[in-house]
Amino acid sequence: MKVQLRYFASVREAMGRGAEERQTSASSLAGLREELIALGEPYAQAIGGSKSVRMALDQVMADRDMPLREGAEIAFFPPVTGG
Amino acid sequence: MAAPRVSIQTADFDVSAELEALRRSDHRVGAVCSFVGTVRMANQGDKAPQVLSMELEHYPGMTEKAIEAMIDEAHRRFDIFAARVVHRVGLLMPGDQIVLAAVTSAHRGQSFQACEFLMDYLKTQAPFWKKERTPQGEQWVDARVSDDQALARWGIRAGNAG
Repeated sequence: MKVQLRYFASVREAMGRGAEERQTSASSLAGLREELIALGEPYAQAIGGSKSVRMALDQVMADRDMPLREGAEIAFFPPVTGG
Repeated sequence: MAAPRVSIQTADFDVSAELEALRRSDHRVGAVCSFVGTVRMANQGDKAPQVLSMELEHYPGMTEKAIEAMIDEAHRRFDIFAARVVHRVGLLMPGDQIVLAAVTSAHRGQSFQACEFLMDYLKTQAPFWKKERTPQGEQWVDARVSDDQALARWGIRAGNAG
């Protein structure tokens, strides 16, 4: 299925881009993250390892087990620091 | 048309005008509680390098939705009349205002609590990121475990910093 990916803050900088569209066969957010990390750089650097990365699904903070659907907007970003 | 509850903007905001609008919006209002967050010159403790400026990034669309949901939750939890959040993004200097959270209620207790709840929630769940510029270079500001702990007392697990 096709999904829209968004990157913010330090993740965006490490990726060198703020958004992209990708085909995925992953069924969950965690699966998608693993799939991306397996592609190597820049994904491994941006969202890999023991990095504390938060995810949002269709603009709502999401758990790693959340299921994906066609056309979903998934965002990867570091812990938030507003206020 | 009802006044907006959430504004994300680069421009500064006028606290007096915001509070006046809230206080005049409902004749039942007996208390207006507000919090203003500002840019500190030394963000990560007194020994940290001086902050020359700060750049605030956000996730357009999600930010507004997330804070709207927080205000809805504040209405469920507290006996309040109205709540308003203004958050700035873009380039800010030390001393600048970053965020305003303001709440009205009949008596002070509920608006004090709701205002604190909104800020605790916002700090760990709203998609904003701060980057400081110091004489030593630029650095992203780390999330604080203490902010997660502040939210935990409302019975909400944040897991933002960890």
